[in-house]
Amino acid sequence: MNSLTNLLGWVDARFPLSKLWKEHLSEYYAPKNFNFWYFFGSLALLVLVIQIVSGIFLTMNYKPDAAYAFYSVEYIMRDVDWGWLIRYVHSTGASMFFVVVYLHMFRGLMYGSYRKPRELIWIFGMFIYLALMAEAFMGYLLPWGQMSYWGAQVIVNLFSAVPFVGPDLSVWIRGDYVISDATLNRFFAFHVIAVPIVLLGLVVAHIIALHEVGSNNPDGVEIKKHKDPVTHIPLDGIPFHPYYTVKDIVGVVVFLMVFSAIVFFAPDLGGYFIEDNNFIPADPLKTPPHIAPVWYFTPFYAVLRAVPPMFGSQFPGVIAMGVAVMIIFFLPWLDRGPVKSIRYRGPIYKTALALFVTSFLGLGYLGMQPVTPLFTLLSQIFTTIYLAFFILMPWYTKIDKCKPEPERVTG
Amino acid sequence: MKKILFLVSLLASTMAFANTELQLDKAPIKLSDQASLQRGAKYFVNYCLSCHSAQAMRYNRLQDIGLTEQQIKDNLIFTGAKVGDTMVSSMSKKDAMAAFGAAPPDLSVISRSRGADYLYTYLRGFYRDETRATGWNNTVFDKVGMPHVLYELQGEQVLEVEKHGEHEVRKLVLAKPGKMSPAEFNGMVGDLVNYLAFMGEPMKATRMKLGVIVLLFLGVFFFVAYALKKEFWKDIH
Amino acid sequence: MSQNEVDRSKRRFLIAATTAVGGVATVGVAVPFLASMMPSQRAKAAGAPVEVDIGKVEPGMILSVEWRGKPVWIVNRTKEMLDLLGKHDDQLADPKSEVEQQPAYCKNATRSIKPNMLVAVGICTHLGCSPTFRKDVGGDLGADWPGGFFCPCHGSRFDLAARVYKGVPAPTNLVIPPHKYLSDSRILVGEDSKGA
Repeated sequence: MNSLTNLLGWVDARFPLSKLWKEHLSEYYAPKNFNFWYFFGSLALLVLVIQIVSGIFLTMNYKPDAAYAFYSVEYIMRDVDWGWLIRYVHSTGASMFFVVVYLHMFRGLMYGSYRKPRELIWIFGMFIYLALMAEAFMGYLLPWGQMSYWGAQVIVNLFSAVPFVGPDLSVWIRGDYVISDATLNRFFAFHVIAVPIVLLGLVVAHIIALHEVGSNNPDGVEIKKHKDPVTHIPLDGIPFHPYYTVKDIVGVVVFLMVFSAIVFFAPDLGGYFIEDNNFIPADPLKTPPHIAPVWYFTPFYAVLRAVPPMFGSQFPGVIAMGVAVMIIFFLPWLDRGPVKSIRYRGPIYKTALALFVTSFLGLGYLGMQPVTPLFTLLSQIFTTIYLAFFILMPWYTKIDKCKPEPERVTG
Repeated sequence: MKKILFLVSLLASTMAFANTELQLDKAPIKLSDQASLQRGAKYFVNYCLSCHSAQAMRYNRLQDIGLTEQQIKDNLIFTGAKVGDTMVSSMSKKDAMAAFGAAPPDLSVISRSRGADYLYTYLRGFYRDETRATGWNNTVFDKVGMPHVLYELQGEQVLEVEKHGEHEVRKLVLAKPGKMSPAEFNGMVGDLVNYLAFMGEPMKATRMKLGVIVLLFLGVFFFVAYALKKEFWKDIH
Repeated sequence: MSQNEVDRSKRRFLIAATTAVGGVATVGVAVPFLASMMPSQRAKAAGAPVEVDIGKVEPGMILSVEWRGKPVWIVNRTKEMLDLLGKHDDQLADPKSEVEQQPAYCKNATRSIKPNMLVAVGICTHLGCSPTFRKDVGGDLGADWPGGFFCPCHGSRFDLAARVYKGVPAPTNLVIPPHKYLSDSRILVGEDSKGA
């Protein structure tokens, strides 16, 4: 034991190991009233690790070459020992990443976690979300199935709707006139190295910013307002380690149960996590009759399709889709409510949030469906609600009748 | 409670997505039936492999359905391939293009892209159509390029269309019986499709078995982790 | 946060239990990932045993076949060659084949199943070059050269039983692969009767 202490002393004199441990775990004081919704931050971190590890092992056998990519995935599934497990873990992880991140973001929305002084945490988080979308989009091309191919073709073609530079831009992205071997190769480079590095950097920034200002909680009140006069520890704070580490372990185990149930019993989850058509090798000459993006992109895809072409250009739809994503960045400044948490908000905000969630889920559903006049109309209604939630927020949050916030956190 | 309801509704709304497809017959898939899979494998190498390949599937993988390497070599390999080789068709792509106008697709994962029910219905859905170059058409794959390979066994079907006002009923009728009775033929196609389903994901049985163990283990882990959490959180409440 | 003694021991136990279960989980995850780095079915198929027809290998001739990407020699040694084998043991590093470079059934004077038929992996045990077959007695390899294999890379010498000479870079005799006779004229390289 003594030599261990000595070793730690030796390291601490050269690297702030104990200091980091204290600042971020054993003496990081988190509010004691975290509920169910506070599991998803640590779970997102877990999925990131799962994706990086399984991704590294997939890279050992995958071939980013249009001639080999499709069957190299089947090679992994069949000929590589345990390759099927690694592949299913990675494909399930991709979808579960979005499940976890969407729930994590919804938590922020409910409890006002983006409000002052946590604006930068939100901004970093949104950048993580953007990076994740890029990562998922480019990763989806790699199996080189029909859905990989035509999904990429459709999305990259959106860029050609940009006025003036559009056509050149989409050619530049593809490195060819259609999605091809060149595109596959560069998407592979971005997917396995460029975007993950950015993602990791952003995650570090997200956590540093969080630990600088401290965590929000379901009551939306600052625990730093009431500190012990002697120790200066927030009265409602508890050390992250051991209390939230042991709690998060429980969350991790439950999450892994759901995760394993999918990996082992329904890895394609009825076509939602792995689409049936992606078991057909990419064929540039034959478009599948019905192209739908993977479920996590469908809300935005529905927004894109809701806006009709104007002046013979798809650009307005592209703009609407871009706005639908980018507007989330501005939440910290759109929300003018006197309280943060949904617990003390008035009926207007609660209704608005319920409508928003409904329209987001509705758009998600519509984005998977073939276009019909009724569905288009519904998409337009939902898109309007979605955007109105943000655009009208400064107004309705101000006039909402809020309940008084408590001084200290409740139970 | 509200939160749980919310989560359930979230899941339900994603599940509600339904496929609007043709009426397909239910394929009798039973991956644990090794005798059926072995018969299916035999039909596959006899009837399919001459034009289609299964380039992701190795012959020796058939050991998973209870065959020995020697049995595979003696009964299932006609192309001079080694037992460790993948199932490559004896027909070249060029010849196939010339013969059918399109290269026959690789069948390694056909059961995953099309679904077993589709294959089961398709293989039984050929009927005489003299307007087609091959003389055959298909109920689920209109204007199909593939001829009716199993016609000697099934016999010849014709399509009868009955009109009930606006409503049309399409029915396949056996005009000339084949070597097999309809029941025998259905059984044979069932075996073949069962094999195709196996070939689409040979590791499926393994993953199901392993999944049970993993979930049981995680169940134990949950109790230990929950006890630990409860013990520490005594301090807080 | 006051804790009594009973609490502490219970906590220690629960921490140990969680750590143990977590450890099992970690190992359980690590094993398949690490196992995935072993040769795949494709590599195994490519490295499968090779059947060779040795009926056409005349006495004094060599046949080279590929097994697991390596050359395997099959030499039909003449009576004269076999007679010379026992006469230079003092010049060899391991004349009795003590080092395990061959299956047990080839640990004999001729390092083979049938005395005349040598089956050996043609990879020098020094740095992996492939030696050349120099069957002729004498010549530029010295008047007392009884025939054997000479590695052009660093000059290692082996006799016709693939045994290494003293004083050359190669440390051990050439490897004899597992093999068996399917019939008088056919052998299977890479697998013996034990099914290895």
